[in-house]
Amino acid sequence: MRTWFPYPLLSIALLVMWLLLNQSLAPGSILVGLFLGMVLGWVTLKLHPARSRLHRVSRAAGFALQVIADIIRSNIAVATIILRARRVPANAGFLTVGLDLEDENALALLACIMTATPGTAWLEYDRRQKILLFHVLDMQNEELWRGTVKRYEAALKEIFQ
Amino acid sequence: MTELAITWSVLLSQVMLGLAMACALYRIARGPRAQDRILALDTLYINAMLMLLSFGIRSANTIYFETALIIALIGLVSSIAFAKFLMRGEVIE
Amino acid sequence: MSHLTDLPAWAALGVCGLLLLGAATTLIGSLGLLRLTDFYERLHAPTIATSGGTILICLASMLCFAVLQSRWIFHEVLIILFVTVTTPVTLMLLGQAALYRDRFEERQGVPRKPKPERENSP
Repeated sequence: MRTWFPYPLLSIALLVMWLLLNQSLAPGSILVGLFLGMVLGWVTLKLHPARSRLHRVSRAAGFALQVIADIIRSNIAVATIILRARRVPANAGFLTVGLDLEDENALALLACIMTATPGTAWLEYDRRQKILLFHVLDMQNEELWRGTVKRYEAALKEIFQ
Repeated sequence: MTELAITWSVLLSQVMLGLAMACALYRIARGPRAQDRILALDTLYINAMLMLLSFGIRSANTIYFETALIIALIGLVSSIAFAKFLMRGEVIE
Repeated sequence: MSHLTDLPAWAALGVCGLLLLGAATTLIGSLGLLRLTDFYERLHAPTIATSGGTILICLASMLCFAVLQSRWIFHEVLIILFVTVTTPVTLMLLGQAALYRDRFEERQGVPRKPKPERENSP
């Protein structure tokens, strides 16, 4: 089974996506979806993605809820900043924070979460010194932003390590 | 009554999305630097996708949703290619 | 406007509200492109359109077609997933490209590249 489907989760996700795009459960679509999952699994094998182990998947749901709440809150905050930008210029700036996440996939997830949240943008991560450079739109309190990143990091560490 | 409300709200939201596209277009024309233009182009793609979604709600036609997916895909690929080009001067290293 | 008249009043209200809210959010995000003064500030503006606007408008469309039961509503789920996963990648790459160019031109107000640590071994 492993030789046919080296990444079972990826293959299942591709099959599901194919069926949703086709909006049918006909045997033909399932066959094509399985074939796609197999071939793209082999292609992924050539790319050597870093494998990571999920330790506490149960924590993921709470973390996702927290991230969604943060995204809604910062959506409103950034919208008010933009609407008032004529009178009050935005107080933006660069910040650095040290990270000690080892797992590549956890780092990628952290980057996606931080960039998807309005108000923070991931710019550069120095692998050797483990320092992250990011940009925030509203720099009222530097420690607050660093604390937010550290909170995400701690949650991801619990899930991945 | 519901028909009137829904007609007007779809129309109003399309006007707002059109204004959003105009903002992005202004930023593309104005610049000042290449990265601003690419960022605005990416926003323009997303606004166009949302416009297609609102057309889909108005006409109940599935084809609009597939078009929206394709536009999102093309926007992603072109923006990434532009960003890579800015960074190195070539797309594929 | 044939099919939309079949919606019951509560669903029509929900669809209208979500659609208008989503369009307004998108408009605010694009307005940010005009009003913010610096590239790095403008980098935050499209995330409002993608995270807020896309999700709200897709929810409106899902509500509409779920009540009408005229077709599957999974295309919207795919669009939400696709947009939320891919936009951060674009923005991160653009931010890195801008940082690289600004450092290359030695602009003011851009953080320097962190100096590599000195090797301790002789």
